[in-house]
Amino acid sequence: MAATTLGGALNRALRDALAEDPSVVVYGEDVGPLGGVFRVTDGLTAEFGEDRCFDSPLAESGIVGTAVGMAMHGLRPVVEMQFDAFALPAFEQVVSHVAKMRNRTRGRVELPLVIRIPYGGGIGAVEHHGDSSEAYYAHTPGLRVVTPATPADAYSLLREAVASPDPVVFLEPKRRYWDRADLDLPVRTEPMDRAVVRRPGTDATLIAYGPMVATALEAAEEARAEGRSLEVVDLRSLAPFDDDTVAASVRRTGRAVVVHEASTFAGYGAEVAARITEQCFHHLEAPVLRVGGLDIPYPPPHLEEYHLPSVDRVLDAVDRLQWEASWVPDVPPPPPRRAAGRAEARS
Amino acid sequence: MLRAMVVGRRFDRQAGALTRQGRLAVYPSSHGQEACQVGGVLALAEDDWLFPTYRDCVALVTRGVDPVEVLTLLRGDWHSGYDPDRHRCAPQCTPLATNASHAVGLTYAARRKGRDTAALVLMGDGATSEGDAHEAYNFAAVWNTPVVFLIQNNQWAISVPVHRQTAAPTLAHKAIGYGMRGYHVDGNDAAAVHAVVSRALAEARAGGGPAIIEAQTYRIDPHTNADAPQRYRDDAEVEAWRRRDPIARLEALLRAEGVVDDAGMRRIEDAAEELAARVRERLSGDPEPDPAELFAHVYAAPTAQLARQRRELLDETREG
Repeated sequence: MAATTLGGALNRALRDALAEDPSVVVYGEDVGPLGGVFRVTDGLTAEFGEDRCFDSPLAESGIVGTAVGMAMHGLRPVVEMQFDAFALPAFEQVVSHVAKMRNRTRGRVELPLVIRIPYGGGIGAVEHHGDSSEAYYAHTPGLRVVTPATPADAYSLLREAVASPDPVVFLEPKRRYWDRADLDLPVRTEPMDRAVVRRPGTDATLIAYGPMVATALEAAEEARAEGRSLEVVDLRSLAPFDDDTVAASVRRTGRAVVVHEASTFAGYGAEVAARITEQCFHHLEAPVLRVGGLDIPYPPPHLEEYHLPSVDRVLDAVDRLQWEASWVPDVPPPPPRRAAGRAEARS
Repeated sequence: MLRAMVVGRRFDRQAGALTRQGRLAVYPSSHGQEACQVGGVLALAEDDWLFPTYRDCVALVTRGVDPVEVLTLLRGDWHSGYDPDRHRCAPQCTPLATNASHAVGLTYAARRKGRDTAALVLMGDGATSEGDAHEAYNFAAVWNTPVVFLIQNNQWAISVPVHRQTAAPTLAHKAIGYGMRGYHVDGNDAAAVHAVVSRALAEARAGGGPAIIEAQTYRIDPHTNADAPQRYRDDAEVEAWRRRDPIARLEALLRAEGVVDDAGMRRIEDAAEELAARVRERLSGDPEPDPAELFAHVYAAPTAQLARQRRELLDETREG
């Protein structure tokens, strides 16, 4: 077993895909000799040549648009958008062409392409470098939207995305690029469209994806010390959504909190909460709660800790899940943990 | 070429009539632009690809696509009705200039397979203002892909005249900034369009890089049947362009050269009538789209969610 980072696993996935399938090409901004700003494409140009991994002009709509044409004609392009917010110029291509080509042509033209997007905050970057726009993509029929939370999934999901006959928006949690796991690659994990239970529990389910899975697991660990058993579900696939795994978990635990970095209002968590309510109503002991980013434009680096869901904020939400104490009148709810401090909150 | 133009115009007129009868949801006419669409398409080799817009139905008919399949989009029973791979014609593009980069990617992929496939992108004067036009021109030039961008400058982007789109002396001048060749051609002269598109395609195929061709032409009809051109342009302008009609010009040339005579013209017109009659007949009934097909082409395999929605919709339609 070797220690592998999430970014390293992505790099290996691209390398193996390039080696196995001559129709795979990797391109984007700075992905050539530099190896990408996060080094996910490190060494690929040297190993496979400029025909297989190369720098393109700095124009995201053109990058995705040319990938559409390549995928129409037998290639499997894997393109990189340098940061989440810089993917927005390509949004029209993604929505009007990538997502719809199969449908527009009655299934005659499929687009096996992958759009890799580093997303989310937490790396101390300046504006336009910390956005989470998964809801825009997940809202668009015809796209698969996938996000790994572990190095093993980073490898396996990217391999599956490259092999998929459907276009995949592959969201990489940039703050977790350097997370390590002991892992032998290649590895295959659960199928791409399945959610998985990362940690079993009995009292409530935390539903997270991408960068927030680690936060949810940490919250579950803390909760254990407080005597609560939290289950953590890692969605992995945001579209399509794995209702079965999520509903089964919530029916077992009776309580659910959805956690994501993106702003809460009209965010992906709203869809998750609605689906759980529709499917598990009689099993629920409390309303499904959402813990997301604040409803503000992504803040500057010195303020991002206030925006991003923390372990404390997740545990505060768990506290609000109408446990027995909260049914008793005149018992004030526990103070929020950030305000009170962890030690005080526990006492 | 004359035959294709006459047939194309008759098809165009038939489509307009079907729209007025309510058989088509909308129809953007090609009337006046036949020299560009026919001259351009006939310059393509068998393996080359055409990237048309919604206004390029005549180009598609000229390429050999079944006229009824061309009209699928505008009839409204599906989006694109023909098989792109079979005809080497991309689906008609409605968001302007967004298919131009697809042509760049497709020819790039063809080169990777060792083929010299070229592509002809049809775009209008309005589309050249879009950012996607810029990106496609630039990618094509940097990657040296064999793409010819044929700008049909029909003077009007719905109601906005071309001088409100650009301050460039001509749209062909834009080529200079991308380091590619630019051509300016009389877009109502089919022979000239054919010659310049053929030349640009040959140069591109030989590694000479992409090209922008501006063809000066005119949209004789309204933007679509829903447009009101009297609000923004004079009839006198339209009349002036009618006198430069591309079909009349080619016919006069071919008659003067002795290539075509009255009998020849009659044969061409009969063929055009025959096509119009077939289109009329095949579109005389109401389309019967299958609601179950709504779910068939979203993903390679239907998701659980779509399977459920399909069941619910079919139950609903049975109850209804």
